[in-house]
Amino acid sequence: MITAERKPMDEIMGMIDGCGRILLVGCNECVTVCAAGGRKEVALLAAGLQMASMKKGRALDVREMTLERQCDPEYVEELAPHIDQVDAVVSMACGCGVQEVARRFKKTPVYPALNTKFMGASEGPGIWAERCQGCGDCLLGLTGGICPIARCAKRLMNGPCGGSTNGKCEIGNDVDCAWHLIWERMKELGIEDRYEDVIAAKDWRTGRGNGPRKILREDLA
Amino acid sequence: MEQFEPTIVAFCCHYCAYTAADMAGSMRLVYPPNVKIIRVPCSGKVDTLHIMKALEKGADGVLVAGCLEGDCHFKTGNVKALQRVTYLQGYLEEIGIEAERVQMVTMSAGMGGRFARITTEFTEKIRELGPNPVNAGGSRLAAS
Repeated sequence: MITAERKPMDEIMGMIDGCGRILLVGCNECVTVCAAGGRKEVALLAAGLQMASMKKGRALDVREMTLERQCDPEYVEELAPHIDQVDAVVSMACGCGVQEVARRFKKTPVYPALNTKFMGASEGPGIWAERCQGCGDCLLGLTGGICPIARCAKRLMNGPCGGSTNGKCEIGNDVDCAWHLIWERMKELGIEDRYEDVIAAKDWRTGRGNGPRKILREDLA
Repeated sequence: MEQFEPTIVAFCCHYCAYTAADMAGSMRLVYPPNVKIIRVPCSGKVDTLHIMKALEKGADGVLVAGCLEGDCHFKTGNVKALQRVTYLQGYLEEIGIEAERVQMVTMSAGMGGRFARITTEFTEKIRELGPNPVNAGGSRLAAS
């Protein structure tokens, strides 16, 4: 999922300063799962913004909506009947959702309430960790299902650097060495002989190296 | 000058604090009438949103009262409640509301005396803090 965290309240309040009526829009997808921008977080932020405004003796009308998916125009369209009644939209989606709302409604300012973080997985209640950097040319089949691009601090492609100790990365004791994990996994799979296969220099054009990316499926377009 | 009488909302776990409040009554102990009790099946059932809504709607202080540590009927509901209260205290500070307005407390069902003492002390603390600033701002807004 795409993970995110709420921005500091000062920053959010600064963005909507001067607005009398805002539309606070959540998303039912990734940001709901990582407890950053779902229906509940929308309600919590709405209450917080209203309390902060009332404390200052200012009126703020916060309307709450949570879309099924804020990155799809079909769902963003649901905002259309409400958009002219508000001074601004505050989006609690990832950056994709914010931009999709901004693209559809050109005359209404759209502000992000979240900082989008990374593509990750849940390691337990309340813990999300980075797992994928969307390099566009997946090599998990070569590395025992553990990604050295997302999980090695140096993105090394052929074994660990000299900084790992007892399976932990030199950047912090709470960070696993990706190549240690890969080695352990390969041993479990009985394919450790493949560990020394050299992975060729990566062609980063499939990643961000070739500019913003787009997928075109002609059978669906 | 008229003394400020705060409104305190106390979310009380059915298995401990709610019974402790009952016990306080049976023991003829006095605790402030400012405390409005809401019975919940477990303190772990209390969501951050419930507490926020209580404050938004005008409560001056909120107590979340659960079982003693290790004694939760649902194993760890009271631990989770404490985590939520701690999170919410940080959130309240971010929006300029005193974190002390929300507090997590624990007790057993037999601790009627402790319930009376905690609610009395908390009411006094909130009285010293003064009205919820949200209410004060709302009044200014209504007057303008």
